[in-house]
Amino acid sequence: MGCVKFGENWEQSAADMIIDATYEAYDDAGIEPREIQAAWIGTCQAGVRGTQLAVPLKLEYIPISRLENACATGTDAFRNACYGIAAGVYDIALVVGVEKTKDTGYSGLETTYSRHISQGTWLDPEVFVGMPAQFALAATRYFYRYGLSYQEGKTVLAKVSVKSHHNGTLSPKAHLRREITVEQVVSAPIIAWPLGLFDCCGVSDGAAVAILTNPELAKRFREDYVLVKGLGVACGASQAELQDDYDFTHFEETVVAAGLAYAEAGVKHPRKEIDLASVHDCFSITELINYEDLGFSPRGRAREDVDAGTFALDGELPVNTDGGLKCFGHPVGASGIRMIYEIYKQLQGKAEARQIKNATIGLTHNLGGLPGRFTCAVTVLGR
Amino acid sequence: MAEGIKDKVAIIGMGCTKFGELWDKSAEDLIVEAFKEAIEDAGIERKDIQAAWLGSHLDDISLGRGVLMFSTTLKLPFIPVTRTENFCATGTEALRGACYAVASGAYDVVLALGVEKLKDIGYAGLRESGNLNMEGTLGRFTSPNRTAPGAYAMMATAYFAKYGLAPEEGKRTLAKISSKSHHNGTLNPKAHLRREVSVEEIMNAPIIAWPLGLYDCCGVSDGAAAAILTRADLAKRFRPDPVYIKAAQIAATSGEELLYTEYDYAHVETTYRAGLAAYREAGINNPRQELSLMETHDCFSINELTQYEDLGISPRGKAKEDVDAGFFNLDGPLPNQADGGLKCFGHPIGASGLRMAYEIYKQVQGKAGPRQIKNPKLGLTHNMGGTPPSSVVAVCILGV
Amino acid sequence: MAIGIASYGAYVPWHRLGPGTKGWSFTTEKAIANFDEDSITMAVAAGCNCLDGWSREKIEALYFASTTPPYREKSNSTLISAALDLPSETLGVDFSSSIRAGTIALQTAVNAVKGGTRQVLVTAADMRVPQPGSELEPAIGDGAAALIIANDNVVAELEDSCTLSHEMLDVWRAEGDVHMRSWEDRFVVEEGFLKVLPQTVIKLLDRNKLNPKDITKVALYAPDPRRHNEIVRKLGFDPKNQVQDPLLNGVGNTGTACALITFIAALEKAKPGDRILLANYGDGADAFLFRVTEEIVKRRNHREVRSYVESKKILSEYETYAVWRGLINKAPPTRRPPFRTPSPSALHREENKNLRFQGTKCKQCGYPQFPPQRICSRCHAKDDFEAYRFSDRRATVFTYTMDRLAPTLDPPLVVCVIDFEGGGRMFSIMTDRDIDRLEIGMCVEMTFRRFYTSEGIHNYFWKCMPVRA
Repeated sequence: MGCVKFGENWEQSAADMIIDATYEAYDDAGIEPREIQAAWIGTCQAGVRGTQLAVPLKLEYIPISRLENACATGTDAFRNACYGIAAGVYDIALVVGVEKTKDTGYSGLETTYSRHISQGTWLDPEVFVGMPAQFALAATRYFYRYGLSYQEGKTVLAKVSVKSHHNGTLSPKAHLRREITVEQVVSAPIIAWPLGLFDCCGVSDGAAVAILTNPELAKRFREDYVLVKGLGVACGASQAELQDDYDFTHFEETVVAAGLAYAEAGVKHPRKEIDLASVHDCFSITELINYEDLGFSPRGRAREDVDAGTFALDGELPVNTDGGLKCFGHPVGASGIRMIYEIYKQLQGKAEARQIKNATIGLTHNLGGLPGRFTCAVTVLGR
Repeated sequence: MAEGIKDKVAIIGMGCTKFGELWDKSAEDLIVEAFKEAIEDAGIERKDIQAAWLGSHLDDISLGRGVLMFSTTLKLPFIPVTRTENFCATGTEALRGACYAVASGAYDVVLALGVEKLKDIGYAGLRESGNLNMEGTLGRFTSPNRTAPGAYAMMATAYFAKYGLAPEEGKRTLAKISSKSHHNGTLNPKAHLRREVSVEEIMNAPIIAWPLGLYDCCGVSDGAAAAILTRADLAKRFRPDPVYIKAAQIAATSGEELLYTEYDYAHVETTYRAGLAAYREAGINNPRQELSLMETHDCFSINELTQYEDLGISPRGKAKEDVDAGFFNLDGPLPNQADGGLKCFGHPIGASGLRMAYEIYKQVQGKAGPRQIKNPKLGLTHNMGGTPPSSVVAVCILGV
Repeated sequence: MAIGIASYGAYVPWHRLGPGTKGWSFTTEKAIANFDEDSITMAVAAGCNCLDGWSREKIEALYFASTTPPYREKSNSTLISAALDLPSETLGVDFSSSIRAGTIALQTAVNAVKGGTRQVLVTAADMRVPQPGSELEPAIGDGAAALIIANDNVVAELEDSCTLSHEMLDVWRAEGDVHMRSWEDRFVVEEGFLKVLPQTVIKLLDRNKLNPKDITKVALYAPDPRRHNEIVRKLGFDPKNQVQDPLLNGVGNTGTACALITFIAALEKAKPGDRILLANYGDGADAFLFRVTEEIVKRRNHREVRSYVESKKILSEYETYAVWRGLINKAPPTRRPPFRTPSPSALHREENKNLRFQGTKCKQCGYPQFPPQRICSRCHAKDDFEAYRFSDRRATVFTYTMDRLAPTLDPPLVVCVIDFEGGGRMFSIMTDRDIDRLEIGMCVEMTFRRFYTSEGIHNYFWKCMPVRA
């Protein structure tokens, strides 16, 4: 695998980052570029067509697909490559996730109104309103449903961000690498009430790459290969606004996608069996809800686990050991692969200062879209 | 040796329209009305007029430039017609031109008429002087936004300071002047404003240009007035009670007031000079005693106050005492603005000088109705145009 | 057959400029439309009020009277008809160019009904922008009125009317002018308003052999409070008992809507048998004599003028108003991409959803849904639904946020999820709200607003707002 440093990479184009990440992956795999038989590129905004990959890497005349599925893009590209390998059609496949989000020039993701003229006309808030507001709706409801006062709720969320920031300081490829405190987080300017500045991940550029093969061939390349145990993807059908029993305090897409992945991987008790997880923490509230949707915490009780430090680096089930989206930012197409990169390194014992003990099974989770209209992708990886 | 105009010319007929916001009357309507009254009063016909003088100030309204609208409206039969203009002295300037023509023997019967449709400019006061191209281009830099009240208010401030009047005292003196004029206006059917106004109301009125308030300023209105003149020796053929011109003087500033620091801004030099010349021409040595009434230019109350002194009626700095004593009231020794003055008539610029003459004329003939003062013999009209340091003043004396 | 008013309803915006506003140097208070309102949205609001509990099926025409129509070459009345979900054959007529257009439309509606039209809905709305600091500014406000003219079930029968046209430049705007122009105030009032308006009133009274004292209530247009007092005195009405408060201080002179809002307020308190005289001015004058019928007791408004006037928020700064009206080009609080205009072909296709605010109600499971769905979200039945209008339904807030990142002229943008009475849920933007009073479970109603304008297309849709008192 390969991964560039994520951040405001003003000096680097998408092509630059693709080349750097891919050549790190070639090195890591010990292969030559010409051995790649098929490739998948996952990107939302860094260009269309497979030639986006072929041109910088000079992959001549091999099959390349471009894939997009909002924030699940990276993982979904990975998934498609896996099926190509598992189907026996290819032996060696390349997956690249890349994004130059900073090139849009806005401090948060653009919303659909500025891009999609054909998304119907009705002025629903998805068209209008940014990502923070969408997730803030879940935060407001979560506090209300589980009886958290504003201060209590903010504090729980703050602890999640503080934990991730600490991990980021140990992660050389992260964008943000500084400790923050709960007080700083709680008193930060409000972006979309009740979410404040430090409850939101940033916008950054990045690329990450994986090279895949089938398990039989894997031994030829290295001892410590990592196996894909389970893959799940689920998409919402706008239930949030069409069904008045949508509770806004959990995301069913995560539950379903995770369920599929767990079933494939044979995981029955995620809390016990998963050693570490990289989950989609675009906003602190998302991570909190993820704990419950992924089966790590019981419904409504994620707070207890946060307070107990269950998900800290030295806890029972470390989450976002590399700092997560919180410290890497969210170059949309790259994030899913970056998460897999962390699990990969941890499972190989190469996570340096972040290394957790006895890592054998890891999970990655991506969530793209807005409540009721998510695409969620989950992978379970192991030795 | 020049003798002056005294007793060489007589007025044998006059007319005056009602002054006011005459929305539905054009300048032509006003001319016809004033003219008709004048020739009926004189007992003559239009064909008897041998020459005419038109006084109108603004070029872009009323009758415009030249005389053609005037001559065609009255259907004057190919006679000499002259337009005169001299700021607020315009009306008296028309009268003066007519006088000299008659006195020279060039004509026997002539017409002088002043008219203005000031409401057509559409503003609540005169337009700013910076627009009038005086002072070359300097006007547009030093005073493009100076209004008439602003210019005269400076005289009030200086006067109060020079003669030690506290602002409230000074304002009260001014208020008495306006209140006096308003009372006279209630007795005059041709006036625009005909309501009593108390000193308290005037003191509490909104400030226009400090220290002048709403009631210290005359209004904007429309109107016309006319006079028919003939030689003194012919006058009795027309009527038994003609009124004779005793003096017709104009003084225009040399510009000294603005160039030197001696000017005290508490008097108007041109009024003083024109007054002296008029008294000399009319053979008056003691105007305070010899004048029966006056119509002076009270565009702003402070003007009237200083006129009392500049015309030699009150001693310098002591006009206040005369005001307090009611010296200039209708029932006082020397009534000023018996008809209500500019205060109640407003100031259709071209017409004002002749409207003042009209009042003197009617008073001297004993036809002033409820405003009649006893046995008036000599009356003075006074017009002033410009600003305190830079003005042109006309003074006429009429009587028997 | 009695022709007259069958239903009525007014609308006054929530915001005010008044003595509590920093930068407001006048002593009057007046209503001003929010940044997302305009004459069309206000006409819709008044129309909704008027149509509350009224069946739409007999309405055959919609008149819209305004001197500030948002479109110049495109019908505004057809848009309003759609927003009010009127029958699609409704004839839309725009009346413009005179602040008297409201009563001109009223007279025209009467004539139409006399000629056989069953019901006409007349709306009038104005959102004029006086030049800041001008003499007109203290009294010019925004508002709307709606009346249904019909030939049966009338609450106020029209006994007689009188009209007069008068050519005069007193207060006017030409194409391209943002602010009103006026000639000298004395001319405007003496030669215009005070001279012309009385002529129609006197003629109407004389023709019907009535004296001023025979009138129960008089609803009179006037440009400002002082002139209203003058005209009342001049016409000989008793200011204490006969005069319907024109709300010139409180709401302001709302142009085409002004006299009609006053009239509606009079109707709201009228008793059977009352005689109401309505007189309006603007390039002439109209006077109407109405006799209130027994039907009035059956048709009292839930939402009275008074309650609109009392539910208000005083703007804290004049600058906010200036930004809303585009008088100053202030940079927005956050840097966001510009709005892209939606496609007119898509807008045309989606009129029922966007303007009529119709969703679908599944015929099989009865579940209402917005936006309209061909496949039911609950039971997955396909193409088995009926149209279901949401615009007149109340809702409660399920969750909400205050977004400080999103672009809006009234930050923060309040976005919420609302659940409708009777079923159905949607994401909604909340307007006319007090951000200190947001809570889950609060009750909201729907309001037609202009979201933004791009490339000459005004983007209208529905927002929710806390229920106006």
